[in-house]
Parts: sequence; structure tokens; C-alpha cells
Amino acid sequence: MITKLNHVSIFVLDQNSAYDFYVNKLGFKVHTDAAMGPGMRWLTVTPPEQPDLEISLMAVTEGMMFDHDSAAQMKTLISKGTFGFGVFECNDLLATYEELKAKGVKFKKEPTKEFYGFEALFMDDSGNWFSLGQKESA
Amino acid sequence: MPTQEYPRIYLYRRIVQAKLFIDSHYADAINLDSIAGSAWFSKFHFIRLFKTIYGKTPHQYLTHVRINKAMLLLESGASVSEVCYSVGFDSITSFTGLFKRVVKQTPSGYQQLQLARKADMGKTPLKYVPNCFAEAKGWV
Repeated sequence: MITKLNHVSIFVLDQNSAYDFYVNKLGFKVHTDAAMGPGMRWLTVTPPEQPDLEISLMAVTEGMMFDHDSAAQMKTLISKGTFGFGVFECNDLLATYEELKAKGVKFKKEPTKEFYGFEALFMDDSGNWFSLGQKESA
Repeated sequence: MPTQEYPRIYLYRRIVQAKLFIDSHYADAINLDSIAGSAWFSKFHFIRLFKTIYGKTPHQYLTHVRINKAMLLLESGASVSEVCYSVGFDSITSFTGLFKRVVKQTPSGYQQLQLARKADMGKTPLKYVPNCFAEAKGWV
């Protein structure tokens, strides 16, 4: 029986730049940073309150996973902002928005009250976008 | 002007600035009273709003930042005393006690575990990668 999700992947254009974004700007913690060989790196980060959910910052490189054309297509799609990889949550959206903006994070949508909640949309350094919502108080 | 008459976004920005100030000056002897700012943002309101937003008082948050930085420095191999003083503590005894209370391990115990994990990761990195990903990437 499936009990939980423990790994999820986000495709990024550059792992060094993604490290800086997710760790230094978003405040995620590094879980695993393992060199697998020349130009190959397994890098996972965890959100501050989910230490057992590893987010793999997966480089798009030509190899077993992507052939040359597919890698090029993926990179184009990522940089165009095609992919929204998920929804993050925070305790206070206005404060989080102000802080991330001060750190240089780009937003597609400012904090807005929608019928489903209070939400903003931000982008990572590669172009992937995420919803950021305020945790509902109990 | 009383605090509650200021536009909400202005107060949020002040709180965020205070938080970012703590993030970058955690190693200094920060006077949290002075962070509360001017006469029209009372220390009481500042602490209350900070706690509402971040779930911790400014003092608790400062401790949290110092301990997190200490963990990173210990992982890099710095000595316990070096870490203690470089993150803003002035007593190794109080640093060790607080670290153990928060992390549930002593600083040296935590460091030994992390350095051993790092060494193991360098020797057998595949142990740390789910096999499906390793296969998809052609690492096995």
C-alpha cells in the first residue's frame, strides 16, 4: 500500500544556479549532493518543514534519459516557463512574497485573493513556475 | 501614528526587513530592541506581528538561525569552538546545551555523523540515489 511520496523531480537548466535559488533564496535544505562522475550530480533539497520529501533538481542532459533532440526541446520548454511543478505553502503569503521579492525571486502573479484561496505565482531560476498559497488557519 | 493605522503592507515590509537583518547579522551581538524600529512601531507590536508571521519571536528566530548555521559549519568540519563563536554565541557551554536541546545531539556527535555520511557519499554515491533514477540517468 502506498504510504507517501518521498522523491519528486524538478528539471532545471543548471544545477549550480538551481542550488543557489532553492537553498539561498527559498531557504530549502540540502539533503543529498553527490557527485556521480564528471558532469553528473545527484542533488536533492527539502522544504524546511518536510525533511523527508526530497526534491531532486534534475539537470536536463543528453544521455539515457534524453536524446539530443529531446534534451534541446526540454530546455526550450523549461526556459519558456511551460512547466508548473507544484504548489508550495507558507504561513503568511504577504510576508513571504515581500521576502522572496527582496531576494530577487520573480513573480508571475502577485498575492491575489482567488475563490480557492490567497495565492501568488513565482518562477525559479530556470523558468519553472510554482503556486504559493497561504496555509489555511484551522 | 498608531501602528494599526499604518498600511498593512508597510508593517509587513518592516517585519520582513527585520527578519532579513537577522538572517545576515546573526553572528553579531544583535540588539533586538533596536530592530523594533521607531517610536511608532512598539516593541510589543513588533514581536507580536513577527511571531504571527514566522511562528517564532525575534529572539527564538535568531536562535533558530544560529543553530542552523552552526549545523552547516559543523558539516564542513569546523571545530565546535570555532562554530560556537562564529555564529554569535559567547560560551561553548551554553552553545552546546542549546544545540543539544534543539538538534537532540551534541555538536560533536552531530558533526561525526555528518562527516561520516559525507565520506560514505563520496565513496558510494549510488547508495543515495533511488535506483530508478540511477538507471534512467545511465549511472548503473
